[in-house]
Amino acid sequence: MILSDFPAVTVLVPCFNEESTISSTIESLLSLNYPKDKLEILIIDDGSTDQTLSVAKKFEIESNVRVYHKENGGKFTALNFGLDLTRTEFVGCLDADSFVHPDALKNLMPYFTDPKTMAVTPSLKIYNPNSSVIRMIQNVEYNLGIFVRKISSLLNAIYVTPGPFSIFRMQVYRDLGRYHHAHNTEDMEMALRMQSHHYRIVNAHKAVVYTVGPKTLPKLYKQRVRWTHGFLENIKDYRHLILNPKYGNLGLLILPLAFVSFFATLYLVLVSYYGLVRIIIKDVIQIQTVGFHPAWQSLHFSWFFVNTATLSIINVLIAFLTLIIIFAGKRLAGVKDRRVMDLVYSFFLYSFIAPLWLTKAFYNSLFSRRTPWR
Amino acid sequence: MADWKKYLITLGITAVIFLTAIYLNNYFNNKRLENIQAIQNSIATDIASSEVQYTLLGDLSCKSVNDSILSPELNNLASRIQYGEQNIGNTDSNIIQLKRDYSLLEIKDYLLMKQIDQRCKIPSAFILYFYSNNQCDDCTRQGYVLDTLKQQYPALRIYSFDYNLDLSAIKTLITINKLSGTLPALVIDDKVYYGFNSIEDIQRYMPILKTLSSSSTSATSTATSSKKK
Repeated sequence: MILSDFPAVTVLVPCFNEESTISSTIESLLSLNYPKDKLEILIIDDGSTDQTLSVAKKFEIESNVRVYHKENGGKFTALNFGLDLTRTEFVGCLDADSFVHPDALKNLMPYFTDPKTMAVTPSLKIYNPNSSVIRMIQNVEYNLGIFVRKISSLLNAIYVTPGPFSIFRMQVYRDLGRYHHAHNTEDMEMALRMQSHHYRIVNAHKAVVYTVGPKTLPKLYKQRVRWTHGFLENIKDYRHLILNPKYGNLGLLILPLAFVSFFATLYLVLVSYYGLVRIIIKDVIQIQTVGFHPAWQSLHFSWFFVNTATLSIINVLIAFLTLIIIFAGKRLAGVKDRRVMDLVYSFFLYSFIAPLWLTKAFYNSLFSRRTPWR
Repeated sequence: MADWKKYLITLGITAVIFLTAIYLNNYFNNKRLENIQAIQNSIATDIASSEVQYTLLGDLSCKSVNDSILSPELNNLASRIQYGEQNIGNTDSNIIQLKRDYSLLEIKDYLLMKQIDQRCKIPSAFILYFYSNNQCDDCTRQGYVLDTLKQQYPALRIYSFDYNLDLSAIKTLITINKLSGTLPALVIDDKVYYGFNSIEDIQRYMPILKTLSSSSTSATSTATSSKKK
């Protein structure tokens, strides 16, 4: 799809103590291949206690950049503040730790030529994934997400309009209202609200946005607890969508599967840990009984002993399909990425780390704990 | 809106995938059972052949008897049957039948080797081992000990029998050796040892082990070096 004329778009940048990344974010917006007079950039400082405001104010010399300051109230209050100041028909948000590809907006806006489309989501990638193993793992995950988001779009079953660079028609906010607190996942809540009113959300796979993922395990853990807890709480709020034929693929397939897969993952992981512990105990008993005798002589391969249990065959198939999805995701976004090592890290480390935040989020949901944003 | 035809097709494809996996699993298990059966038939023929050879040649057979063929074959068979027990199920009728055939082969091998060793005056090293798969933690540990001994002394012959297996030959063995039912039980040189016995214990019961060639390359005791001056 190619644009014949460029609609005017406002991009909101809510920020809180982001002095190190805010410049790059604004610069990436200014580098967009989009007519300057059709792009408005509003930076909303949500009561930062560091130099974020002064860094942002330097960009006010640009004709299409305006900087605002308000008291701290949370990301959704900053967004609503910006919405009140928006004069264009299209509006989007960019997190202050994300950067857009220069062609992102150009590749995204054509999807609005269909008047039924009310919001468009981009493809998300991790910025500079080689800077840490944790980021490498997330990169694999995000590549998988690119493909899954496209498929969800084709099924009309998107249930998250990601914070970084999802673009909406202003009409959505006029009809459905502003952002709510929504358990610190207002991007998911808005998407579910739109879906419950049958407002169409699509995905522009060639619109690439880079986000700075958490560098260390504790930060990743905190982020994922917030996401998962938000997911569980939002599902609770929008449970009338689940298994409801009125909501098509979203209600009958995607949401129930997402909900079930959460518990299935927890169960599978617990079973695997239990099996691992049993093997370790068995080996310890063996070493206690006969000492450490690595049986090199008796290790000869025979086809007889290859594991062909039904579940093993299914596991191999699923791993294979996952690999295909990851590569398809990379191809969709059109970014050259020949890395293979990150796949290895992901498969091994992710299965040990993910259960940590899944359990914590579930615990929080069960006992109604509040999860902090930062 | 809901597109029920597409959902049915999706369900169909998923079902086909799962059914294929189940079918493959069954197919490979059957192949395994056939493989075990084939090995057993081969061993049975080998034993029968040795018995005939022994009877035909009389005293001369001592030189021609090669006792290094059967033992590894029997071990090979044992590990495959154990794998079958774990993955196909130890109540599967095919597995139980294979175990009974295997136990018979073991007894025939034992009797034949006992005769040969007596006739040819070869010092014999046999262990009869009785175990149970139900609630016998010491049996697992005893298994490790015997596996290690087997690696250390390839000429040592260990015959293991499931105490609860429904086979009259095993019941006869139990009666002959007057086993009380406490498991694990080892029969060495017509003496019965109940409960768990470590490597050192067994080496004590069988001084003959020292004369058997050891395959162990790692130095485990046996001080042959420094002479005290």
